[in-house]
Amino acid sequence: MGGLLSEELLSTIGRRSEPRREIVTRRDIRKYAVATGNRQRKYLDGDEAPPMFHVPLFWDVVELGQLTPDGVSIDSLLPKFPLEKAMAGGLNIEYHKPVYPGDWLTSTRTLTDIYEKQGRSGSLIFYEVVMDIVNDDGDLIIREKTTRILR
Amino acid sequence: MIVNAERFAGLRVGEQLPGREHTPDNVQLMFYNAALWNGHRIHFDEPYAKNVEGYPGLVIAGPMLGDWLHQCVEEWLGEDGHIFSIDYSNRVATYIGDVLTAGGEIAALNVETMEVEIEVHIKNQSGDVVTPGKVVVRFAHAG
Repeated sequence: MGGLLSEELLSTIGRRSEPRREIVTRRDIRKYAVATGNRQRKYLDGDEAPPMFHVPLFWDVVELGQLTPDGVSIDSLLPKFPLEKAMAGGLNIEYHKPVYPGDWLTSTRTLTDIYEKQGRSGSLIFYEVVMDIVNDDGDLIIREKTTRILR
Repeated sequence: MIVNAERFAGLRVGEQLPGREHTPDNVQLMFYNAALWNGHRIHFDEPYAKNVEGYPGLVIAGPMLGDWLHQCVEEWLGEDGHIFSIDYSNRVATYIGDVLTAGGEIAALNVETMEVEIEVHIKNQSGDVVTPGKVVVRFAHAG
């Protein structure tokens, strides 16, 4: 291993965001369904949320002054990594229950892993963030794991 | 639980899902990023995307391609089941002007659990797989 990961950096594994509670509205479902080119009536009418509706529902809303010059909001869950160029990452999503307008959902994000691998052209850092989404009864609705690669 | 056992029994490994061509334009990309509240300039500020970041054009937001993988499966599945899980990654950047085709193929069938594993992908006009993935569908729904 290249030893890019300090003890301090690794100690951020397990860091958890404040829970965020949001309401699902018919209007937001309809806008998302239109934007993604969905052709199913139940989504275009907002009767049910399509898969991946949690992406717009929980995208961070930050103030203009908090954006970087390229228009991105800084993810406060993440530590400062010694590599910064983001490469392709992957997503794993499990859908446990359907989502309807009027549902209140709460998401909590956890930094679950940081590790290093040797790529063809040097060291790569991988990190994983799990977002758990529950309803007001505490039932798990969606679990999403994002894996990102830095070089 | 309602199960369309007849349809499930007729499925075969290797069966192709209907493909769908997507040709996202500026309006669709703007709507998508507005729905997310995503201010990343590479998706709407063409001079910035080209001159500062060196892209050939406006970059299609990665999760929109992920959404199209879901749509490909759901349009094929109808009301006979639901998507339980997906794994996918955005491997190659795509741009406004690209012709992106979503498709899939049944990779495995589990008769016990009535689960279907589907290899899904988005290809660009050169035939490169830009977004490969795997979806698990459960052929039963509450009702």
